[in-house]
Amino acid sequence: MAERVEVSDVSKSYGKVHAVTNVSCVFREGETIALVGHNGAGKTTLIKLMLGLIRPTSGTVRVLGEDPSAGQFEARQRLGYLPENVSFNMALTGRETLAFYARLKRVPLDSIDALLERVGLGHAADRRVGTYSKGMRQRLGLAQALLGRPRVLLLDEPTTGLDPALRRSFYEIVAELRADGATVVLSSHALTELEGKADRVVIINRGAKIADGTIEELRSIANLPTRIRVRLSDAADSSVNDWIGRTGAWKRVNGHMLEIDAGPGEKISLLRSAASPDAPVTDLDVVPPTLDELYAHFLGAGEAGR
Amino acid sequence: MKNILIIARKEIQEGLRNRWVLATTVLLASLALTLTFLGSAPAGNVGASALDVVIVSLSSLTIFLVPLIALLISHDAIVGEMERGTMLLLLSYPIGRWQVIGGKFIGHIAILAFATLIGYGAAAAALAATGAVIDTASWIAFASMILSSVLLGAVFVAIGYLVSALAGERGTAGGIAIGVWLVFVLIFDMALLGLLVVDQGRTIGGGLLSALLLANPTDAYRLLNLGSESLGALSGMGGVAENAALGPATLISALFVWALVPLAAAALLFSRREL
Repeated sequence: MAERVEVSDVSKSYGKVHAVTNVSCVFREGETIALVGHNGAGKTTLIKLMLGLIRPTSGTVRVLGEDPSAGQFEARQRLGYLPENVSFNMALTGRETLAFYARLKRVPLDSIDALLERVGLGHAADRRVGTYSKGMRQRLGLAQALLGRPRVLLLDEPTTGLDPALRRSFYEIVAELRADGATVVLSSHALTELEGKADRVVIINRGAKIADGTIEELRSIANLPTRIRVRLSDAADSSVNDWIGRTGAWKRVNGHMLEIDAGPGEKISLLRSAASPDAPVTDLDVVPPTLDELYAHFLGAGEAGR
Repeated sequence: MKNILIIARKEIQEGLRNRWVLATTVLLASLALTLTFLGSAPAGNVGASALDVVIVSLSSLTIFLVPLIALLISHDAIVGEMERGTMLLLLSYPIGRWQVIGGKFIGHIAILAFATLIGYGAAAAALAATGAVIDTASWIAFASMILSSVLLGAVFVAIGYLVSALAGERGTAGGIAIGVWLVFVLIFDMALLGLLVVDQGRTIGGGLLSALLLANPTDAYRLLNLGSESLGALSGMGGVAENAALGPATLISALFVWALVPLAAAALLFSRREL
């Protein structure tokens, strides 16, 4: 897989504020990457560095084979960007706005109607952007990012302000782009939403990269316990210790419910014993650690490492 | 070059849409028509050509109004787009920052040129329609007045960009723009006049006076339009023009320098600005 974006040991500081410190990462063809971090963690700075809007204090950035801040714009022709809080001139219509950006990217103007339809703005194409709702502006922002079949898409907090239905159609578009071989970078402060959407997660905290890998990889690194929830037919505490084969490490949610935190090694044996004929179990749920727990774990580890 | 034209086109489109073009054209036309018909009454029989009188009054109007309009449309161009967030998106496109400034410059000049041509042209047309006799020399002077008014507008659009590239906030840019207008249009001339009165011609010679007049684009414009023979007598600028000894070529070059230097400085500052 070809490397589309290469960030090598990049730092960026504004005066004494270190927005990004020694970050390295590689994004490849056909990958969807979630860039996750708190507000102000340095996600937007990293995206601006990839766009060449700011120059790194040290280190190098290469996007589609070019240094984005060197003043050559060939790569930008094949790059789409959706800023956080996208805004447009209020006086122009959606179609006029998109036509303006299409001209700058040398994209044929006859493609913009299809693009407006694709993001669901076909009916509002000739209304002024000033009359658009937040979600409609966000969709117009997505439409301009999709102009000209971009090979790299940098989407900064793309789903803020979108309702669940729009969110779903947004991720459908992202899936189409991924199938088409585009590299999609999604930044977000909510990892949960990106479950199943991103091939890889890069966690940023205070300007430094603290985790990078597929969600499964991160899970196995974090070694978080799986939560097993069982419903019991008889509620005696002592018998619970017997069939689980250990004491403690479980808590009672209510009279008939138990919650057991199982580490990756003991999960199967616990499930076996819960499913054995002597266990008074009537129902059973296995809840893997949520992405938010995973995220919190890495943030905590990052803080402890300081 | 194509990028510059794309930006210019968008500026004009926006200007038409948010009524800037309409407002400035109507303002200039109504003031020009008022001055034409009020001004032609007293000058009826003094031997001055009717259009010459109009040129004198419109030039004075230009000195006040065109810099103000130019600064109003330009002071927001960079800092305003940055604050609204539209600049961030624009600069992620394959376009250079100097092209953004160049395109805006052409677009804003086009808006000003349209307003001036239609606004002042309406006054001249109305005058011609009343049957006044106008000779060719007056028409040429009128045309050069319109062209130099656009040039004066270009100077202040460029200064407005410089202000916009320097200022951190829109409000600051607006305040500085008003200050620039006050200095060049009112304070500079008053100070110069005071200086000449106090000095009584002892130290300030023709050379220094010329330099001082070229240091203010509105004075260069004034001399260019009001300093020539027939108009000089009419406007009372003849005396100054003779002492300063500045030819039209010098004055026009001075205006070009006044437009290009701030524009280049604005482009340089903007290219270094971090987003």
